[in-house]
Amino acid sequence: MSVRLEAPAIAADATARDRRANAIAFAVMVGLIVLAPFVAYPFFIMQALCFALFACAFNLLIGYVNLLSLGHAMFLGLASYVCAHAAKVWGLEPVSAIALGVAASAALGVVTGALAIRSIGIYFAMITVAFSQMVYFFCVEAPFTHGEDGIQAVPQGRALGLFDLSNPWILYVFVAIVFLFGFLAVQRTVNSPFGEILKAIRENEPRVISLGYRSMQYKLAAFSLSAAIAGLAGATKAIVAQNASLTDVSFAMSGEVVLMTLVGGMGTFYGPVIGAFIVVSMQNYLAQYGEWVTVIQGVVFVACVLVFRRGIVGELAARARISL
Amino acid sequence: MNVFGHVISWPQLYGQLLIGLINGSFYALLSLGLAVIFGMLTIVNFAHGAFYMMGAFGAYFLLKLAGLDYWWALILSPFAIGAIGAIVERLFLKRLVGLDPLYSLLLTFGLALIFQGLFQNFFGASGLPYAIPKQLSGAYNLGFMFLPVYRGWVIVASMVVSFGTWLVIEKTKLGAYLRAATENPTMVRAFGINVPRMVTLTYGFGVALAAFAGVLAAPINQVRPGMGADIIAVVFAVVVIGGMGSIMGSILTGFVLGVVEGLTKVFYPEASNTVVFVIMAIVLLIRPAGLFGRAS
Repeated sequence: MSVRLEAPAIAADATARDRRANAIAFAVMVGLIVLAPFVAYPFFIMQALCFALFACAFNLLIGYVNLLSLGHAMFLGLASYVCAHAAKVWGLEPVSAIALGVAASAALGVVTGALAIRSIGIYFAMITVAFSQMVYFFCVEAPFTHGEDGIQAVPQGRALGLFDLSNPWILYVFVAIVFLFGFLAVQRTVNSPFGEILKAIRENEPRVISLGYRSMQYKLAAFSLSAAIAGLAGATKAIVAQNASLTDVSFAMSGEVVLMTLVGGMGTFYGPVIGAFIVVSMQNYLAQYGEWVTVIQGVVFVACVLVFRRGIVGELAARARISL
Repeated sequence: MNVFGHVISWPQLYGQLLIGLINGSFYALLSLGLAVIFGMLTIVNFAHGAFYMMGAFGAYFLLKLAGLDYWWALILSPFAIGAIGAIVERLFLKRLVGLDPLYSLLLTFGLALIFQGLFQNFFGASGLPYAIPKQLSGAYNLGFMFLPVYRGWVIVASMVVSFGTWLVIEKTKLGAYLRAATENPTMVRAFGINVPRMVTLTYGFGVALAAFAGVLAAPINQVRPGMGADIIAVVFAVVVIGGMGSIMGSILTGFVLGVVEGLTKVFYPEASNTVVFVIMAIVLLIRPAGLFGRAS
């Protein structure tokens, strides 16, 4: 009897602890984002934030629905191209250009998702690989992407006609807001009733179906949302870096986002962010070693899968018995 | 002949058909290896493209370092790469048994990065030439076209190996053990068969098939570190189209899609890189389990 009474009390205590831990973690993250440009090269931080958002989008699928997409670069890359094209050729201001990029990725997410989510597990992974390769070839061939050259010298413009993004400080604030918006969107989604059903699908899909939920629609919605947020990351990156290139849509990029999430911790809110910063820094500081970066990434991959499956944040959270 | 506004000559059509069959040979061998591995270990071997590339490099090394020609390479390279595969299975994949198969996929993905990165480091991105063996140089005059002997050989060799593999798995006692161990490993072990060793050897064999394809490809496509990464996405699409469980399905789909791709190069060249993926999307719409797959 006493066990029965105790159990909910512990659970309630744990939720309160989780909430406190999350509030602290969020405050720390915001603090770091504010301080970072005074310590590190702001352009680097902005790029890392874009990748962090990309990883959060990817994590929404692998962490909470257990869908491993190995083609997520298609959403990052397509949005990046569309945004760059809209800003440069159509002369749109950056917020509308980014919105167009997001819309393009979301649409791509709906179409590819509708076909891919009919399969699960490794089939799903293979199908996403194939679709992203198709988008890659499309971007190689399509005239507006300028093939190998990519879209260069994308104007940063004035956001909403008011904020001049060519000023690095304003741009930094803009990127930080976009990142926090995307991050909170993912967190809110996961913690919503919709997110609870996603997690239920992850645990036991037939049971969810038997309870009367159309699991396919939930999965498609999650996939499209993830695509849209990945698109937000890609489009913002196009404005930051002032270019869109085949790198962002390549298979290697799809692999990198998996690595970021794996290193940081799948199924945690802060893991993908930390993982993204680690992987991007690694690339930055090891750039002089050429292809060794790929080898090191591979080694980290193998090591994580073999002995560190929870990732950094996952491991910390498990030690402290909280969920982050 | 005039199709869709393109003027097409017969020799061009035959030429692309031949290239399609050649590519189809590689698709068939690679997707067959994936299917064999999947059947036994229920994992997707993401390092398959890397092993294909290493097979080609194996042939190159054997020639450069040991002076062993193509025919030796055709046997030794798949054997060596297959042995590396078996070691990979013993050292790494074995530890992931019982976990979500996505982890083994990620592991092989990491391995592919390591292998490809290493080779790119030492050999750059450009291709190394590998000569066609002199017994297979020259061309036959078929009357309507010239068939380079080597290309004919690639098609015949891959067909023989593919159908041989199918025969072994479907019609022999060894194959029966394999299939039984796929269905119920515990029961097969109870009969006194060493299932873990069978798993290791199966993985090694699937990898050796990829390496064999790599040796066949060496004289045609040159030996490049990126050659595996370029082909693996198409091979995945082939596997999805054919259906994962079926050995014969993966062989047939490989050849057919190679030919379809070749024909697309003639009739609508802009789509030749994407046609396989478009077909995959259509197949997924109509038969989500693939053409030869059983619905799970």
